Amino acid sequence: MSLQEYFHFIIIPLLGISVILVFIRFVKGPSLADRVIALDMLILISICIIAVYSITFNQSTFLDIAMLFALIAFLSTTAYAFYLEKRERK
Amino acid sequence: MREIIIMILATIGVMFIFSTSLAMLRKPDVYLRISVTSKASTLGVGLILFATAIFFNEYSVTTRAIAVILFVFLTVPIGSHMLARAAYFTKTPIWKGTEIDELQGQYDPETHELYSEKNNTSIKPEKTDKPS
Repeated sequence: MSLQEYFHFIIIPLLGISVILVFIRFVKGPSLADRVIALDMLILISICIIAVYSITFNQSTFLDIAMLFALIAFLSTTAYAFYLEKRERK
Repeated sequence: MREIIIMILATIGVMFIFSTSLAMLRKPDVYLRISVTSKASTLGVGLILFATAIFFNEYSVTTRAIAVILFVFLTVPIGSHMLARAAYFTKTPIWKGTEIDELQGQYDPETHELYSEKNNTSIKPEKTDKPS
């Protein structure tokens, strides 16, 4: 089994199952903090999917998008936490 | 030889990611979920990006992968800490099996300041046994 086949038939399905599991929590989540942390986790898993795709298709350009996604994950989590705390204060 | 190393690294990273997402579904509490996400997923992302850096074996790709790893290692704990703090202020209920809650009644409700000596303010989330 070559590297490309291994990544395509084992690694990508495992990542897909994890996306489904996290998305169930994202829909279900009782509080707002649950949904925000599920969103953060979804973006981290998508970084992994981008890295695995860049290996299977042998294209290193995809990693720029991964860097952008890491930035967006941090900004969105911080902004949500900030406004969640601010909403309680007044 | 290099392919086997890449396979092993990616497999360990994917197992960490998968266990994190399983724990997101199974854990009973917001704080436990935040704790799991900030630890295990960081290691998973780091291992998969490290496998990418070994596969391409170029300076430009390695620099990008190391930049993403450093960024994730720096920012995920900060974001999780801010989110857990906001969840504590909004009085999200705690799981009933929690033994010690030392922050109970220690935050000022007006200024959001943390007291070091014993206080009894109104910020104390109640415990629930309802599974979510």
